Amino acid sequence: MSYSVEIKQLDLSFGAVKVLRNLDLNINEGEFLVLLGSSGCGKSTLLNCIAGLLEVTDGQIFIKGKNVTWAEPSERGIGMVFQSYALYPQMTVKGNLSFGLKNARLPKDEIEARVARAAEILQIGPLLDRKPGALSGGQRQRVAIGRALVRDVDVFLFDEPLSNLDAKLRVDLRVELKRLHNQLKNTMIYVTHDQVEAMTLADRIAVMKGGAIMQLGSPDEIYNKPRNLYVADFIGSPSMNFLEGHLEAGVFKVDDMAMPMTGYEFAAPQTADRPAVIGIRPEHIVTGELVRNAPLQYHVDVDLVEPMGSDTLVYAKLGDHLFRIRMDGQATVKAGQTIEIGIDPSRASLFDKATEDRL
Amino acid sequence: MADLTMTGPRGPKPKKRFSRANIFLYGTLIVVSMYYLLPLYVMVVTSLKGMPEIRMGNVFGPPLEITFEPWVKAWSEACTGVNCDGLSRGFWNSVQILIPSVVLSIAIASVNGYALSNWKFKGSEVFFTILILGAFIPYQTMIYPIVILLREIGLMGDLGGLVLVHTIFGMPILTLLFRNYFASVPEELFKAARVDGAGFWRIYFQIMLPMALPIFVVAIILQVTGIWNDFLFGVIYTKPATYPMTVQLNNIVNSVQGIKEYNVNMAATLLTGLVPLVIYFASGKLFVRGIAAGAVKG
Repeated sequence: MSYSVEIKQLDLSFGAVKVLRNLDLNINEGEFLVLLGSSGCGKSTLLNCIAGLLEVTDGQIFIKGKNVTWAEPSERGIGMVFQSYALYPQMTVKGNLSFGLKNARLPKDEIEARVARAAEILQIGPLLDRKPGALSGGQRQRVAIGRALVRDVDVFLFDEPLSNLDAKLRVDLRVELKRLHNQLKNTMIYVTHDQVEAMTLADRIAVMKGGAIMQLGSPDEIYNKPRNLYVADFIGSPSMNFLEGHLEAGVFKVDDMAMPMTGYEFAAPQTADRPAVIGIRPEHIVTGELVRNAPLQYHVDVDLVEPMGSDTLVYAKLGDHLFRIRMDGQATVKAGQTIEIGIDPSRASLFDKATEDRL
Repeated sequence: MADLTMTGPRGPKPKKRFSRANIFLYGTLIVVSMYYLLPLYVMVVTSLKGMPEIRMGNVFGPPLEITFEPWVKAWSEACTGVNCDGLSRGFWNSVQILIPSVVLSIAIASVNGYALSNWKFKGSEVFFTILILGAFIPYQTMIYPIVILLREIGLMGDLGGLVLVHTIFGMPILTLLFRNYFASVPEELFKAARVDGAGFWRIYFQIMLPMALPIFVVAIILQVTGIWNDFLFGVIYTKPATYPMTVQLNNIVNSVQGIKEYNVNMAATLLTGLVPLVIYFASGKLFVRGIAAGAVKG
């Protein structure tokens, strides 16, 4: 199996500040990989290293099996799309698309053909003679994608490309990007802090924190089996409910409640008792009819209701603990009510309290 | 209730034309502009009067009989020492000093500024700090060392020497100007150009230069005004045959032989000041845009 991009023991420091630490990452041919993390986690820095815009402190980067650690950005076979579009303001759309090709001294008819092809794929043909200033945000970002497209590269790098667009346009372009990936089948590396973009676009997600990868896996794995507390808390909106307690012989105990973890897949057989944290997603708590089928059932007091149209977020108290519960949009719950909820321990996540790793 | 809302205040609030704030504002503006315009007015009218009329002493009165004789005399006949060819020689000297100095200093400083903001190298910040320090050292302290320097390289008294001096002295402030302007250009634009395979000069000429027109205008105005109005360097580093216009003007105005020809002096002064004035009026709008730069969006 050949990798499209290989990153080996990558280190990057700015003076005394270590931004990336001993980072290893292999990206498959044609894969859509999302680097996800909050700001300052090093995800954009990693992308800039792959692009060759930042010099690495240590380690190696391979693209298509070739060591490109010392190569210029233009020699790496990458195309890049930036958050602020970064279109050359004084050039027309056509000029923007062909600038890189002219620098590579491609023959004129080849340039024409490639620009025409990119314009067709992205449907920007009518805009070719306009300047970026006369384009809307969505059109500008399409041109920016086109600029990477014409270069006929192996790897596409996206640095938060949708963050400057308004919400509706962001969703539209997200869908287009996914379609584009299905069509082109290039390797794409995509940096974002938006977990919805990550979940919807990615083949695999790398969740980053403090210059290291916390978890690398499919969106399904990241969502259902977060490897540690950070990933569990970061992924999902509204975020997971956490309860601190003790795990004793396969039973999670908190205050005077006992939750037998029947059906829960432990990462390793549990021998010793230990302080632990259980994480339950608000959407995995069932109410109404479904409670009867749930292994664990509790009564909770509704504290606050936030109707959001498509669903309703309910804040409820289980003993002293405030729980977020996601209910149907048509739910008619009111503050002060007592309702019955059901929890399925096989869908929960257990973490060691000391190491914060998944049990 | 309904009546009350219909009779109460409605629509835009009426503004008083002669409010206290307005009187104060326009009063200040008028006084300040008088302060600057009155001397200019006196110069213009005096330059258009004949000597007999000036001797009558009515400084503020308009000329009874308009004559352009003083202007002609100032340009081509006024005497400085032994030469009697007016300001014209000084004018051409100044042009010969101005054009190469402005072009050279701006060309070098813009590349400096571009390199210092986009191609940071080890020690580039130190280099920049040292360069900026130059802007704070009084020129006077460097006059004699430069005399020695120019003598050693054989450019003392030569126009080339003065061009060199102007180019070097323009460097700190111009580099600062260009560096700050290029620093305000989004970094991603520079990155995109690098991914597109453009190198140092290609990014400079094809990406940065076309975006930097306003700041070039600011630099041109600063340099034209500064170099044209320079007296100190001009009088020190040149010789009588190559004196710039300002030095020539001084020699005409301060000439003590014969009678003081106020009308010729005024005309000569106005002629000398004309070049920066024309540059300013021709590019005023761009100048303001350049000064307000930094708010440029990609």
